[in-house]
Amino acid sequence: MKYPFRMIAFFIGAAGFAAVLATLFIKLPVDTRPTLVGDAANPNSVPLHDRYLQAINANVMVQRNVTDAVTAVNFDYRGFDTVGEEFIFFVSVMGGIVLLKQAEEKRKKPLRDAISAGRDVGPSDAMRVWVLGMVAPKICFGIYIVTHGQLSPGGGFQGGVILATAALIIYLGENFEMFKNIMSHPLVEVVEAIGAGGFVLTGVLAYFWTKPYLTDVLPLGKTNELTSGGTIAIISFLTGIEIMAGFVLILFAFLQETLVAGE
Amino acid sequence: MQVIEIAILIFIALTGTAVVMVRDPAKQVIAISYFGIVLSVMFLIFQAPDVSLSQIVIGTVGLPMMILLCLAKLKRDEQLRQKEAEKKG
Repeated sequence: MKYPFRMIAFFIGAAGFAAVLATLFIKLPVDTRPTLVGDAANPNSVPLHDRYLQAINANVMVQRNVTDAVTAVNFDYRGFDTVGEEFIFFVSVMGGIVLLKQAEEKRKKPLRDAISAGRDVGPSDAMRVWVLGMVAPKICFGIYIVTHGQLSPGGGFQGGVILATAALIIYLGENFEMFKNIMSHPLVEVVEAIGAGGFVLTGVLAYFWTKPYLTDVLPLGKTNELTSGGTIAIISFLTGIEIMAGFVLILFAFLQETLVAGE
Repeated sequence: MQVIEIAILIFIALTGTAVVMVRDPAKQVIAISYFGIVLSVMFLIFQAPDVSLSQIVIGTVGLPMMILLCLAKLKRDEQLRQKEAEKKG
Protein backbone atom coordinates (compact mmCIF):
# COMPACT_ATOMS: atom_id res chain seq x y z
CA MET A 1 0.00 0.00 0.00
CA LYS A 2 1.27 3.44 -0.86
CA TYR A 3 1.92 5.97 1.88
CA PRO A 4 -0.84 8.57 1.07
CA PHE A 5 -3.43 5.84 0.70
CA ARG A 6 -2.37 4.39 4.03
CA MET A 7 -2.79 7.77 5.72
CA ILE A 8 -6.27 8.21 4.21
CA ALA A 9 -7.28 4.75 5.36
CA PHE A 10 -5.94 5.54 8.82
CA PHE A 11 -7.84 8.82 9.08
CA ILE A 12 -11.12 7.22 7.97
CA GLY A 13 -10.65 4.52 10.60
CA ALA A 14 -9.61 7.01 13.27
CA ALA A 15 -12.62 9.24 12.55
CA GLY A 16 -14.99 6.29 12.87
CA PHE A 17 -13.32 5.21 16.09
CA ALA A 18 -13.51 8.74 17.50
CA ALA A 19 -17.21 8.97 16.61
CA VAL A 20 -18.01 5.67 18.36
CA LEU A 21 -15.93 6.62 21.39
CA ALA A 22 -17.60 10.03 21.67
CA THR A 23 -21.08 8.48 21.45
CA LEU A 24 -20.22 5.96 24.15
CA PHE A 25 -18.82 8.65 26.44
CA ILE A 26 -21.97 10.74 26.07
CA LYS A 27 -24.18 7.74 26.84
CA LEU A 28 -22.25 6.77 29.97
CA PRO A 29 -24.60 6.75 32.99
CA VAL A 30 -23.96 9.69 35.32
CA ASP A 31 -23.91 8.81 39.00
CA THR A 32 -25.19 11.72 41.10
CA ARG A 33 -25.79 9.90 44.36
CA PRO A 34 -23.73 11.12 47.35
CA THR A 35 -22.68 7.76 48.86
CA LEU A 36 -21.48 4.45 47.47
CA VAL A 37 -23.35 2.11 49.80
CA GLY A 38 -27.08 2.13 50.30
CA ASP A 39 -29.93 3.53 48.21
CA ALA A 40 -32.21 0.66 49.16
CA ALA A 41 -35.24 2.95 48.89
CA ASN A 42 -35.10 3.14 45.13
CA PRO A 43 -32.96 0.34 43.69
CA ASN A 44 -34.22 0.88 40.16
CA SER A 45 -32.56 4.29 39.95
CA VAL A 46 -29.04 2.77 40.18
CA PRO A 47 -27.28 1.56 37.01
CA LEU A 48 -26.77 -2.20 36.92
CA HIS A 49 -22.97 -2.27 37.23
CA ASP A 50 -23.20 0.15 40.15
CA ARG A 51 -25.67 -2.09 41.90
CA TYR A 52 -23.22 -4.98 41.68
CA LEU A 53 -20.45 -2.77 43.07
CA GLN A 54 -22.65 -1.68 45.96
CA ALA A 55 -23.74 -5.23 46.71
CA ILE A 56 -20.11 -6.40 46.83
CA ASN A 57 -18.89 -3.47 48.88
CA ALA A 58 -21.70 -3.81 51.39
CA ASN A 59 -21.48 -7.59 51.80
CA VAL A 60 -17.89 -8.67 51.34
CA MET A 61 -16.86 -8.01 54.95
CA VAL A 62 -19.92 -9.76 56.35
CA GLN A 63 -20.06 -12.74 54.02
CA ARG A 64 -16.38 -13.58 53.55
CA ASN A 65 -14.51 -11.77 56.34
CA VAL A 66 -12.03 -10.28 53.85
CA THR A 67 -11.11 -6.65 53.29
CA ASP A 68 -10.08 -6.70 49.62
CA ALA A 69 -13.24 -6.89 47.55
CA VAL A 70 -11.33 -7.35 44.29
CA THR A 71 -9.68 -10.58 45.44
CA ALA A 72 -13.01 -11.79 46.83
CA VAL A 73 -14.64 -11.24 43.44
CA ASN A 74 -11.73 -12.85 41.58
CA PHE A 75 -11.35 -15.97 43.68
CA ASP A 76 -14.80 -16.45 45.15
CA TYR A 77 -17.84 -14.62 43.79
CA ARG A 78 -16.65 -14.93 40.18
CA GLY A 79 -14.18 -17.73 40.90
CA PHE A 80 -15.26 -19.77 37.90
CA ASP A 81 -14.25 -16.95 35.55
CA THR A 82 -10.80 -17.00 37.11
CA VAL A 83 -10.51 -20.75 36.46
CA GLY A 84 -10.97 -19.93 32.78
CA GLU A 85 -8.54 -17.04 33.00
CA GLU A 86 -5.92 -19.18 34.68
CA PHE A 87 -6.22 -21.87 32.04
CA ILE A 88 -5.85 -19.30 29.27
CA PHE A 89 -2.49 -18.53 30.85
CA PHE A 90 -1.71 -22.23 31.33
CA VAL A 91 -2.48 -23.09 27.71
CA SER A 92 -0.57 -20.12 26.30
CA VAL A 93 2.50 -21.09 28.32
CA MET A 94 2.23 -24.65 27.01
CA GLY A 95 1.72 -23.41 23.46
CA GLY A 96 4.78 -21.19 23.69
CA ILE A 97 6.93 -24.01 25.03
CA VAL A 98 5.74 -26.49 22.41
CA LEU A 99 6.42 -24.04 19.57
CA LEU A 100 9.88 -23.10 20.84
CA LYS A 101 10.92 -26.65 21.71
CA GLN A 102 10.55 -27.88 18.14
CA ALA A 103 13.12 -25.39 16.96
CA GLU A 104 15.44 -26.38 19.77
CA GLU A 105 15.56 -30.07 18.98
CA LYS A 106 16.77 -29.56 15.42
CA ARG A 107 20.31 -28.59 16.45
CA LYS A 108 22.51 -30.80 18.52
CA LYS A 109 25.56 -28.57 19.01
CA PRO A 110 26.41 -27.21 22.48
CA LEU A 111 24.87 -23.79 22.93
CA ARG A 112 25.97 -20.55 24.53
CA ASP A 113 24.00 -17.72 25.99
CA ALA A 114 23.75 -15.05 23.29
CA ILE A 115 23.83 -12.11 25.67
CA SER A 116 26.79 -13.47 27.65
CA ALA A 117 28.53 -14.42 24.41
CA GLY A 118 27.96 -10.88 23.16
CA ARG A 119 29.78 -9.21 26.02
CA ASP A 120 33.52 -9.42 26.46
CA VAL A 121 33.43 -9.33 30.26
CA GLY A 122 30.80 -10.57 32.68
CA PRO A 123 28.51 -8.22 34.58
CA SER A 124 30.40 -5.85 36.87
CA ASP A 125 30.67 -6.59 40.58
CA ALA A 126 28.54 -3.58 41.45
CA MET A 127 25.73 -4.81 39.22
CA ARG A 128 25.96 -8.35 40.54
CA VAL A 129 25.85 -7.25 44.16
CA TRP A 130 22.92 -4.93 43.54
CA VAL A 131 20.92 -7.35 41.41
CA LEU A 132 21.53 -10.47 43.49
CA GLY A 133 20.94 -8.49 46.67
CA MET A 134 17.50 -7.70 45.33
CA VAL A 135 16.54 -11.37 44.94
CA ALA A 136 15.70 -12.07 48.57
CA PRO A 137 13.63 -8.88 49.13
CA LYS A 138 11.81 -9.56 45.88
CA ILE A 139 10.90 -13.11 46.96
CA CYS A 140 9.72 -11.82 50.35
CA PHE A 141 7.65 -9.10 48.71
CA GLY A 142 6.17 -11.59 46.24
CA ILE A 143 5.18 -14.00 49.00
CA TYR A 144 3.74 -11.08 50.97
CA ILE A 145 1.61 -10.00 48.00
CA VAL A 146 0.43 -13.58 47.38
CA THR A 147 -0.51 -14.34 50.97
CA HIS A 148 -2.09 -10.96 51.75
CA GLY A 149 -4.35 -11.01 48.70
CA GLN A 150 -7.49 -11.12 50.81
CA LEU A 151 -6.41 -8.23 53.05
CA SER A 152 -4.83 -5.62 50.77
CA PRO A 153 -4.47 -5.05 47.02
CA GLY A 154 -2.63 -7.97 45.50
CA GLY A 155 -3.21 -11.70 45.25
CA GLY A 156 -2.04 -14.66 43.25
CA PHE A 157 -1.64 -13.03 39.86
CA GLN A 158 0.27 -9.99 41.07
CA GLY A 159 2.46 -11.85 43.56
CA GLY A 160 3.13 -14.63 41.06
CA VAL A 161 4.68 -12.34 38.48
CA ILE A 162 6.72 -10.56 41.16
CA LEU A 163 8.11 -13.94 42.25
CA ALA A 164 8.90 -14.77 38.62
CA THR A 165 10.90 -11.56 38.17
CA ALA A 166 13.01 -12.63 41.15
CA ALA A 167 14.09 -15.54 38.95
CA LEU A 168 14.59 -13.20 36.02
CA ILE A 169 17.02 -10.92 37.81
CA ILE A 170 19.18 -13.93 38.65
CA TYR A 171 19.65 -14.20 34.89
CA LEU A 172 20.35 -10.47 34.57
CA GLY A 173 22.93 -10.48 37.37
CA GLU A 174 24.61 -13.76 36.50
CA ASN A 175 24.03 -15.75 33.32
CA PHE A 176 21.76 -18.35 31.80
CA GLU A 177 23.71 -21.26 33.34
CA MET A 178 22.97 -19.94 36.83
CA PHE A 179 19.33 -19.39 35.96
CA LYS A 180 19.11 -22.95 34.61
CA ASN A 181 20.76 -24.47 37.67
CA ILE A 182 18.39 -22.79 40.10
CA MET A 183 15.22 -23.15 38.01
CA SER A 184 15.49 -26.88 37.31
CA HIS A 185 13.00 -27.47 34.54
CA PRO A 186 10.95 -30.50 35.73
CA LEU A 187 10.43 -29.00 39.19
CA VAL A 188 9.00 -25.77 37.77
CA GLU A 189 6.68 -27.79 35.53
CA VAL A 190 5.44 -29.79 38.51
CA VAL A 191 4.85 -26.61 40.51
CA GLU A 192 2.85 -25.14 37.64
CA ALA A 193 0.75 -28.28 37.38
CA ILE A 194 0.12 -28.29 41.13
CA GLY A 195 -0.99 -24.66 40.98
CA ALA A 196 -3.39 -25.14 38.07
CA GLY A 197 -4.74 -28.49 39.24
CA GLY A 198 -5.00 -27.38 42.85
CA PHE A 199 -7.26 -24.48 41.90
CA VAL A 200 -9.69 -26.81 40.15
CA LEU A 201 -9.56 -29.35 43.00
CA THR A 202 -10.20 -26.63 45.61
CA GLY A 203 -13.42 -25.96 43.73
CA VAL A 204 -14.33 -29.65 43.90
CA LEU A 205 -13.96 -29.44 47.69
CA ALA A 206 -17.40 -27.80 47.83
CA TYR A 207 -19.06 -31.01 46.59
CA PHE A 208 -18.29 -32.70 49.95
CA TRP A 209 -20.65 -30.15 51.54
CA THR A 210 -23.10 -30.73 48.65
CA LYS A 211 -22.64 -27.11 47.56
CA PRO A 212 -22.09 -25.77 44.02
CA TYR A 213 -18.60 -25.74 42.48
CA LEU A 214 -16.10 -23.29 44.04
CA THR A 215 -18.35 -22.40 46.98
CA ASP A 216 -16.35 -21.05 49.91
CA VAL A 217 -16.89 -23.93 52.35
CA LEU A 218 -13.86 -23.66 54.64
CA PRO A 219 -13.96 -21.73 57.95
CA LEU A 220 -13.79 -18.01 57.17
CA GLY A 221 -11.56 -17.01 60.08
CA LYS A 222 -11.28 -13.53 61.53
CA THR A 223 -11.27 -10.39 59.38
CA ASN A 224 -7.78 -8.86 59.05
CA GLU A 225 -6.00 -12.13 59.72
CA LEU A 226 -3.96 -14.17 57.25
CA THR A 227 -6.30 -17.14 57.60
CA SER A 228 -9.43 -15.17 56.74
CA GLY A 229 -11.48 -15.85 53.66
CA GLY A 230 -11.55 -19.68 53.64
CA THR A 231 -10.75 -20.92 50.13
CA ILE A 232 -9.87 -17.41 48.92
CA ALA A 233 -6.48 -17.59 50.64
CA ILE A 234 -5.82 -21.11 49.32
CA ILE A 235 -6.79 -20.27 45.75
CA SER A 236 -4.74 -17.09 45.89
CA PHE A 237 -1.68 -19.07 46.94
CA LEU A 238 -2.21 -21.76 44.28
CA THR A 239 -2.69 -19.12 41.59
CA GLY A 240 0.49 -17.45 42.83
CA ILE A 241 2.67 -20.51 42.36
CA GLU A 242 1.02 -21.35 39.03
CA ILE A 243 1.65 -17.88 37.60
CA MET A 244 5.19 -17.85 38.96
CA ALA A 245 6.03 -21.24 37.45
CA GLY A 246 4.32 -20.45 34.15
CA PHE A 247 6.19 -17.18 33.81
CA VAL A 248 9.52 -18.83 34.63
CA LEU A 249 8.82 -21.56 32.05
CA ILE A 250 8.08 -18.99 29.36
CA LEU A 251 11.26 -17.08 30.24
CA PHE A 252 13.17 -20.35 30.17
CA ALA A 253 11.85 -21.16 26.70
CA PHE A 254 12.62 -17.67 25.40
CA LEU A 255 16.11 -17.60 26.90
CA GLN A 256 16.83 -21.00 25.39
CA GLU A 257 15.87 -19.51 22.03
CA THR A 258 18.54 -16.83 22.30
CA LEU A 259 21.26 -19.41 22.89
CA VAL A 260 23.78 -19.71 20.08
CA ALA A 261 26.16 -22.39 18.92
CA GLY A 262 29.26 -22.45 21.11
CA GLU A 263 32.53 -21.36 19.56
CA MET B 1 -9.31 14.61 41.41
CA GLN B 2 -10.89 15.05 38.00
CA VAL B 3 -7.91 17.18 36.91
CA ILE B 4 -5.50 14.34 37.67
CA GLU B 5 -7.70 11.86 35.81
CA ILE B 6 -7.80 14.03 32.69
CA ALA B 7 -4.08 14.73 32.94
CA ILE B 8 -3.16 11.04 33.16
CA LEU B 9 -5.43 10.18 30.25
CA ILE B 10 -3.80 12.82 28.08
CA PHE B 11 -0.39 11.56 29.19
CA ILE B 12 -1.37 8.02 28.18
CA ALA B 13 -2.49 9.24 24.77
CA LEU B 14 0.88 11.00 24.34
CA THR B 15 3.04 8.07 25.48
CA GLY B 16 0.93 5.59 23.50
CA THR B 17 1.43 7.67 20.37
CA ALA B 18 5.13 7.92 21.16
CA VAL B 19 5.41 4.12 21.20
CA VAL B 20 4.02 4.03 17.66
CA MET B 21 6.09 6.97 16.44
CA VAL B 22 9.41 5.47 17.56
CA ARG B 23 10.41 3.31 14.62
CA ASP B 24 13.49 1.49 15.93
CA PRO B 25 12.30 -1.68 17.73
CA ALA B 26 15.05 -1.54 20.36
CA LYS B 27 14.10 2.03 21.27
CA GLN B 28 10.44 1.09 21.09
CA VAL B 29 11.01 -1.37 23.94
CA ILE B 30 12.07 1.49 26.22
CA ALA B 31 9.07 3.55 25.10
CA ILE B 32 6.65 0.69 25.74
CA SER B 33 8.15 0.13 29.17
CA TYR B 34 7.59 3.82 29.98
CA PHE B 35 4.05 3.51 28.63
CA GLY B 36 3.60 0.57 31.03
CA ILE B 37 4.57 2.70 34.03
CA VAL B 38 2.16 5.45 33.00
CA LEU B 39 -0.63 2.87 32.57
CA SER B 40 0.00 1.51 36.05
CA VAL B 41 -0.27 5.03 37.49
CA MET B 42 -3.59 5.41 35.64
CA PHE B 43 -4.92 2.20 37.18
CA LEU B 44 -3.94 3.51 40.61
CA ILE B 45 -5.67 6.85 40.02
CA PHE B 46 -8.83 5.09 38.83
CA GLN B 47 -8.80 3.11 42.09
CA ALA B 48 -7.69 -0.28 40.81
CA PRO B 49 -4.49 -0.95 42.80
CA ASP B 50 -4.77 -4.68 42.12
CA VAL B 51 -4.53 -4.17 38.39
CA SER B 52 -1.85 -1.56 38.91
CA LEU B 53 0.40 -4.06 40.68
CA SER B 54 0.19 -6.55 37.82
CA GLN B 55 0.72 -3.78 35.29
CA ILE B 56 3.93 -2.61 36.97
CA VAL B 57 5.49 -6.05 36.67
CA ILE B 58 4.09 -7.09 33.29
CA GLY B 59 4.32 -3.73 31.57
CA THR B 60 7.75 -2.66 32.77
CA VAL B 61 9.58 -6.00 33.10
CA GLY B 62 7.69 -8.88 31.47
CA LEU B 63 6.72 -7.45 28.11
CA PRO B 64 9.96 -5.49 27.38
CA MET B 65 12.02 -8.54 28.36
CA MET B 66 10.09 -10.79 25.96
CA ILE B 67 10.46 -8.28 23.11
CA LEU B 68 14.18 -7.80 23.84
CA LEU B 69 14.75 -11.56 23.79
CA CYS B 70 12.92 -11.83 20.47
CA LEU B 71 15.05 -9.01 19.03
CA ALA B 72 18.24 -10.67 20.30
CA LYS B 73 17.18 -13.92 18.66
CA LEU B 74 16.37 -12.23 15.35
CA LYS B 75 19.71 -10.41 15.32
CA ARG B 76 21.58 -13.63 16.09
CA ASP B 77 19.82 -15.45 13.26
CA GLU B 78 20.69 -12.67 10.84
CA GLN B 79 24.36 -12.76 11.84
CA LEU B 80 24.47 -16.53 11.45
CA ARG B 81 22.91 -16.30 8.01
CA GLN B 82 25.46 -13.66 6.99
CA LYS B 83 28.30 -15.86 8.20
CA GLU B 84 27.01 -18.80 6.18
CA ALA B 85 26.61 -16.64 3.11
CA GLU B 86 30.23 -15.45 3.47
CA LYS B 87 31.46 -19.04 3.71
CA LYS B 88 29.66 -19.99 0.53
CA GLY B 89 30.65 -16.81 -1.28
